[in-house]
Amino acid sequence: MAYFVKRIVNSILLLLLTVSFVFLAGRLIGDPALNMLGPGASDLALEKLRQAAGLNDPLWQQYFRYIGNLLQGDFGVSYRFGFSVLPSEDLAAIGQPVVAIVLERLPATFLLAAVALGLAVPLGVLMGVAAAANPRSAIDRLVSAIALAGVSIVQFWLGLMLIVLFAVQLGWLPTGGYGDARHVILPALTLAARPIGRIAQITRSAMLDELSKPYVVTGRAKGLSEGRIVFLHALRNAAVPIITMIGDELSALLTGAILVEKIFAWPGIGLLIIDSLSRSDLPLIQASIAVVAALVVLVNLLVDLAYRVVNPRIRLGQGG
Amino acid sequence: MTPLVSIDGLRVEFPAVGGTVVAVRHVDLEIRPGEVLCIVGESGSGKSVTSLALMQLTRFSGGQVAGGNLTFVCRDGEGLDLRAVDESRMRQIRGNEIGMVFQEPMAALNPAYTIGWQLAEGLMTHRGLSKREARERSLELLNRVRIPDPERRLKQYPHELSGGMCQRVVIAMALACEPRLLIADEPTTALDVTVQAEILALIDRLRRETGAAVLLITHDMAVVAQMADRVAVMHGGELVETGSVRQIILQPRHAYTRALLAAVPKIGEMARRSAPARMKIPGAEDRDGIDTPLHAGEQRILEVENLTKRFPVRGGLFGRTIANVHAVEDVTFHVQETETLAMVGESGSGKSTVGRCLLRLDDPDAGEIRFRGQDLVPLSRPAMRDRFRDLQMIFQDPYGSLNPQMCVLDQIAEPIRNYGLERGSALEDRVADLLDRVRMPRQFLRRYPSELSGGQRQRVAIARALAVNPGFIVADEAVSSLDVSIQAQVLNLMMDLQADLGLSYLFISHDMAVVERVAHRVAVMFRGRIVEIGRRSDIFEDPRHSYTRTLLAAVPTMDPADRISHRETDARVLHTPIHPSGYDPGPSRYEEVSPGHFLLQDSVQ
Amino acid sequence: MPADPSLSRVGIDVGVGLAESRQARFSVADYARAVVQDKITLLAVVFLVFLALFSVGAEILAPFPPTGLNLADRMLPPGAIGSKGAFYLLGTDELGRDLFSRLIYGARVSVSVGVLGAVVSCALGVTTGLTAGYFGGLYEDIIMRLVDGMLSLPSLLVALFVLFVLGGGYVNLILVFSVLHWMVFCRLSRGLALDARSATYVQAARTLGASRLRIVFRHILPNVMAPIIVLFTLEIAILILSEASLSFLGFGVQPPDPSWGLMIADGREHIRSAWWLVTFPGLAIFLTALSLNLVANWVRAVTDPVQRWRWLTGH
Repeated sequence: MAYFVKRIVNSILLLLLTVSFVFLAGRLIGDPALNMLGPGASDLALEKLRQAAGLNDPLWQQYFRYIGNLLQGDFGVSYRFGFSVLPSEDLAAIGQPVVAIVLERLPATFLLAAVALGLAVPLGVLMGVAAAANPRSAIDRLVSAIALAGVSIVQFWLGLMLIVLFAVQLGWLPTGGYGDARHVILPALTLAARPIGRIAQITRSAMLDELSKPYVVTGRAKGLSEGRIVFLHALRNAAVPIITMIGDELSALLTGAILVEKIFAWPGIGLLIIDSLSRSDLPLIQASIAVVAALVVLVNLLVDLAYRVVNPRIRLGQGG
Repeated sequence: MTPLVSIDGLRVEFPAVGGTVVAVRHVDLEIRPGEVLCIVGESGSGKSVTSLALMQLTRFSGGQVAGGNLTFVCRDGEGLDLRAVDESRMRQIRGNEIGMVFQEPMAALNPAYTIGWQLAEGLMTHRGLSKREARERSLELLNRVRIPDPERRLKQYPHELSGGMCQRVVIAMALACEPRLLIADEPTTALDVTVQAEILALIDRLRRETGAAVLLITHDMAVVAQMADRVAVMHGGELVETGSVRQIILQPRHAYTRALLAAVPKIGEMARRSAPARMKIPGAEDRDGIDTPLHAGEQRILEVENLTKRFPVRGGLFGRTIANVHAVEDVTFHVQETETLAMVGESGSGKSTVGRCLLRLDDPDAGEIRFRGQDLVPLSRPAMRDRFRDLQMIFQDPYGSLNPQMCVLDQIAEPIRNYGLERGSALEDRVADLLDRVRMPRQFLRRYPSELSGGQRQRVAIARALAVNPGFIVADEAVSSLDVSIQAQVLNLMMDLQADLGLSYLFISHDMAVVERVAHRVAVMFRGRIVEIGRRSDIFEDPRHSYTRTLLAAVPTMDPADRISHRETDARVLHTPIHPSGYDPGPSRYEEVSPGHFLLQDSVQ
Repeated sequence: MPADPSLSRVGIDVGVGLAESRQARFSVADYARAVVQDKITLLAVVFLVFLALFSVGAEILAPFPPTGLNLADRMLPPGAIGSKGAFYLLGTDELGRDLFSRLIYGARVSVSVGVLGAVVSCALGVTTGLTAGYFGGLYEDIIMRLVDGMLSLPSLLVALFVLFVLGGGYVNLILVFSVLHWMVFCRLSRGLALDARSATYVQAARTLGASRLRIVFRHILPNVMAPIIVLFTLEIAILILSEASLSFLGFGVQPPDPSWGLMIADGREHIRSAWWLVTFPGLAIFLTALSLNLVANWVRAVTDPVQRWRWLTGH
């Protein structure tokens, strides 16, 4: 309990630090107004924008205003999104609220991450268990090879190769974009490759560890079947490292989506981040980084909760 | 009578460097229905492998039964060759016709499931019982192994139970399906001596009640004397001698059996002798004047007063200290020059914490530790570092106490270098001298700990402690992880060094028989306090405290005619000395029953 | 079932002969022999050695300069003979530059970013981690709070943002990697030091008069090298993959420096017509990461007391 209070306070502090860092760094890279209006803007327009956006105020005032707005869910308006022509003199009408843009993109990323994880967890765990239950067999070797390939491959390159093969050469699947179920197959596969490998590796080694413990000998001496020993006895105890790894991989998925979404033109938050970075759309960058960071921090917190439920020792003991 | 189990020419092989190693060879054994057969031997004798081979469990650890016959007579009277039986038939035998109990009770249970779940599992597998029937039978079994409050235990996890309680659960599990044979592999080695007595008595009663035969594997001759009908002695993977328990204990024929028996310190052996004495080891040449008694000096080298150490238990919303483990509670004693004070007690009694406090490995909460007149408690880290030149420690675990990455030379040279005592060739000479002192060949200088046996490592640890010429050594269970024959040698070495160098020891041990050998005076610790302290004869011949008496009574004797099995009790629920913070348990008050023999007044406990 | 683990952990004694024939300390020659016997690891090691050679001696070993334009020989497939009889092992790109030569120069950039990033973060992380774990107290609290915090941030995203702010490039990449990866080493080392702190040999070292720094660096460090080496090797692979990703997105190494990630990004435009431009750089990254993983696995196996014996003796 004490541990969770501490964890949550830590997480909130961390998020605050992150957005502060993003804010400060954003202000330090140059004149936001110039960034926004482009090099051709008139001095008058720049000055008007600065006044309207409060850019002439002292930095600390801007900072507190920024944080205050964040707490109300207001991340500002985008410099670029939401209008088709260059901004008129009427600056108040510029852009869409970035929160709306980010939220609009989230479901696509969630869908992709969910499909990838849905592939990776059962596959990875099963492969790892099969390898550990038959050490040094052909299955073990095959699993190790697949797992090694999965963790060694460059994600975006795998994506490109899959596109060349299945979309360009064979024409079975679309090269990218967002639409029906066929669109999600290639990006999800690309995204799942690494977690499959990592989960298989950790499952294998955690299971080997558990299978060498005395309680397994007890189980055998009781006359239990190997299946029961492997799945009921050992896997249950191996769950903690596996769940930790799944949590790590879920966070990695959310950021790994940046590249995969770019390759497959998947309109999720990753693509949004790349676009906003390349357009120097500062409010949008700040908002999307804050949202992704919050998600990742949340995932870490949930994983912690999960394995406290799995392991009775941690649950009862003084884990903190 | 047809034997229940016949083993003929058993040979078990394990893969090893460049081929295979034979762990067990030419073993012929019989177990008759209802009898207790003990296999006794030191580590590496192959005694456990034999039992695993019988259960066909060696295959899971890479071993292979390479030869021989293993015949087991099933309940239906059919004689099965276990080597020829397939795995699924074998599973019907394991846990059903043969039950097994292991050394580490806590580790033998799955930490993620409740006791009830694990008990029911075997019953549902072999007997096809429903969940409810299995639960009822589990309750019955827990009652049978005399675990109090069985309803509640069923819902508990292994780590919520004491080691002795866990072992009772494992025994209940092994007996769940009324097997015809119970294999118990060092079932009491990891347990305290009082708990050992309980478990042995329990096994003995259950055997009489169920008529199951018992194969008991142990390294402890006293356990053999207490439990066995027949005995098989193993050494180096081979059977050395078999016979009835009386014959093996009283008239051992084989030289190895005789040596094994001689190396065991027998309690009561030292009665009416005032000073410690070396152990007689057959075959080893005796030292001149070995039996000159080692008398303690007059000066007090160490005086400990009102030593208290508590470990905080954290909890609650903000991880505050909510309670304290009262590991050491108001402990007072002294040690004289060239004297051995033994501190005995069971696990959790606080005896090791006392030793660690003396060297400030744990910082005491209160009290004084005056060493040669100087109080160590307020010393700063560097000042304490300086005292280590006179105050050394030998740790229990010879495998863990040496840095695995340093060769013997560097190990022993470490303190000499740290204090800048010698350098260059003088340093090497000094190290070589120290090796001579602990009777290790000088070729060992360049070897690494992993290349040494347990006894050799402990000799290195002793040499290292001697390197700075200390006057006082804390020996924390220094011989308890060694095989008896090695233990005897190391004990003799320690006594010789005491005579030659005038050392004082605080000898921390759980083994009453060893303590009787080496101690001038004895302090008995129980739940953080010294309950009784006095000369060795006071404690062993005239114990006054009820706990001292329990402890002494629990030590198994080497006499097959004097069995303690009738002393069975319920599993005791141990109350660890944990008290809410702010609790003051009061001072320890003593009554001096005879000069130098103090007894704790129990009212404060 | 591997022979060792169950035996040692279950506490089964397996006969004096077995225990003693199990040599516990192995020489360099033993390890070398084990590598040679393990064909796959051997292949990985050979690959990494060649990679290192090519990275260092690119000027001598590459058949063409990495930026040598030759518009006559544009987009030639692998194995093609160019206009002046030049042989292009892996083909040429849209500017007629030899792909093989660019891969060699790219190796220098990618591998050195990975290695240097790993070296800096390892040095930083191990020093802070070991001392934090052994000293404990407020110092440990502060360090570990920092580590936990930074570890729960999405590192690729932070790297992207920082490089967006600072601008890409070789030095900035190494800087960003060091700042974002030292925590992994710190957390590992701190855990190892924490275990070691209660280990008997460390307690013994205290009573033998060793100073705190001597205990950390002379007693603990040599005993925890193996997991650190494993992590170090894995981190090189991870950093090489990250470098490729960042460069691919345009925030890493800047053209005309050839880095593998950048080459994939360039080749992507021609993926339908010139498959080799994307395939070979990706393959190079894959093989490098694979080799590093294999070596890490091997180091883990041979230094694990439970597995070592089996690996070094071929059982």
